[in-house]
Amino acid sequence: MLTRIAWRNVWRNKVRSLILLCSIALGVWAGIFMLSFSWGMSIQYVNLAIKGQISHIQMHQPEFKQDRKITYTIDDAPGRIQEINSLPGVRASCGRIIISGMISSPTSGAGASISGIDPDQENMVTGMATNVIQGEYFESKKKNQILIGEKLANKLNVKLNNKVVLTFQDIDSHITAAAFRVAGIYKTSNSSTDELNVFVKHAALSPLLGLEEGSVHEIAILLIEGAEMAPIYASLKAKYPALLVEDWKALAPELRLVVDSFRMNMVVFMGIILLALTFGIINTMLMAVLERFHELGVLMAIGMNKFSVFMMIMLETLYLAIIGGICGLLLAYGTIQILGRTGIDLSAFAKGLSAYGMDTLVYPALQNNQYLEIFIMIFIAAILSAIYPAYKALKLNPVQAIRKI
Amino acid sequence: MAVLEISDLKKTYNEESDFPVHAVNDVNFIIEKGEFTAIVGPSGSGKSTLLNLMGGLDHPSAGKVVIDGKDISELRDNQLIDFRLHHIGFVFQSFNLIPVLTAKENVSFVMVLQKTPKEERENRAISLLTEVGLEDRLDSRPSELSGGQQQRVAIARALASRPAFVLADEPTANLDSKSASNLLDIMLKLNQEEHMTFIFSTHDSRVIERARRVITLVDGKIVSDKKQDVT
Repeated sequence: MLTRIAWRNVWRNKVRSLILLCSIALGVWAGIFMLSFSWGMSIQYVNLAIKGQISHIQMHQPEFKQDRKITYTIDDAPGRIQEINSLPGVRASCGRIIISGMISSPTSGAGASISGIDPDQENMVTGMATNVIQGEYFESKKKNQILIGEKLANKLNVKLNNKVVLTFQDIDSHITAAAFRVAGIYKTSNSSTDELNVFVKHAALSPLLGLEEGSVHEIAILLIEGAEMAPIYASLKAKYPALLVEDWKALAPELRLVVDSFRMNMVVFMGIILLALTFGIINTMLMAVLERFHELGVLMAIGMNKFSVFMMIMLETLYLAIIGGICGLLLAYGTIQILGRTGIDLSAFAKGLSAYGMDTLVYPALQNNQYLEIFIMIFIAAILSAIYPAYKALKLNPVQAIRKI
Repeated sequence: MAVLEISDLKKTYNEESDFPVHAVNDVNFIIEKGEFTAIVGPSGSGKSTLLNLMGGLDHPSAGKVVIDGKDISELRDNQLIDFRLHHIGFVFQSFNLIPVLTAKENVSFVMVLQKTPKEERENRAISLLTEVGLEDRLDSRPSELSGGQQQRVAIARALASRPAFVLADEPTANLDSKSASNLLDIMLKLNQEEHMTFIFSTHDSRVIERARRVITLVDGKIVSDKKQDVT
């Protein structure tokens, strides 16, 4: 009977209850949608960085990470890559020579990170071929081809088939220079890396450096989507104890921070929204209690104890808050499902986003456990907002409330 | 058998001030089972305060209110609520039904609080509403009933808990003469046939005429306590 009375009391003033329900639903919807937008953006940022640059796992000589000397190489890279590719959960892996040097055109020069790659292996891991916007991705058999980023090409004022000169130190610390022809210009979603990284074939760079055949500085490993990283990481560590094996969280702590700090951001952001909603609910429920003071006094006079009065007001508030919260959740879920498929086009801000390595099409997303966590937060806010109006009813003196019997 | 004993009852407001107000002052009387008693007096004579004290809605400054052998002046708030639930039926001047419940649910509500089994309370609610002539309005909400009908539901609700007595505060004050007469007939019928004890405050001479005992209050004191024959 108590639940029935509370439910009917909610609908005594339909307009007021509907306004409150709408404000709760819209507040929750806006909060969740903003979170999904932020989470979608974060996940895309992390995925782009993993798939386009750092991969899930990398291996180096331990010393290479501290002092990027050319001599700190991993030998027999083809054999190791074959071994790694046969591990369950591994999609592809590739070896890279990585050195720092200068790139010069007839008109300009710039510092560059030069990667010596096996084009097929690299493409399997980073999908580099899809980023080429002019020319081709090492498709001809010509010697000394180079792939450079669009931003760097503009900076050096070079076009396809123009020559550039790479200058770097070889294994004996002698300054070496070699001319390369621009075979392709690429563009990724991260303009900063486009300005810095150039790619040449491993086979072209290795002899210039004086490295043994098959030696690389880095092996990057991409996992199959959904594969669990921990066991593969552990197995690689066990298999190659002399090498430094690092996952993407160790390689790019800033990416880890993006993911790890989201939960805290979610609690703070939703907390602020729910706090504002809580005051709205308290205000409305307090009004509902105060205008029913007389009636509540009568209920207590005829024998309804204080606990039941307290529970009745709590239930009324909970009904409103939870219904509003669920409506907001469902509304947000629907919005996220639709926009999660179509994406939100932010191409108007493309320049700024690409400087941070972000895509211009953002797909809002939220995990199921995050919906659950938000629902729990709504439930807690509902209980908190119910307490004060119910307490106010509890303090009621029936004689004062009904004045006289 | 006494259902209510009032002895040396006092209620003083502003006790600490220089001008205390003695709303009820040394009142003594006993109400036996089956009485039909009117408490009358001018405005400010202390009728409502006395009814509040008898109903356990207020605490006396001194004296005792003993209902069914229990001194309720010693009970705490929650104990008083529970005591009221099981021993006292209330009828209020302005009906005061729960607006979101139907007539039947309003009568059942008190029995729900008493944890009466569902079937028993359904049957009793229907039977009480039939007794007050509302068998065809069981599922009507208060807003769909006239003032007289609402007051009849209030009487059915007051009787639902099988109380020791029913306290009614000017029950006919907001009713037209026909409804008031109808209501009095019902109250008298319940009093005569079921020996239900009624104590009510009133200004209405038609009600006073039909009471078997009339207690008159002036300035918080009983100035007369008369029994009268009712034709």
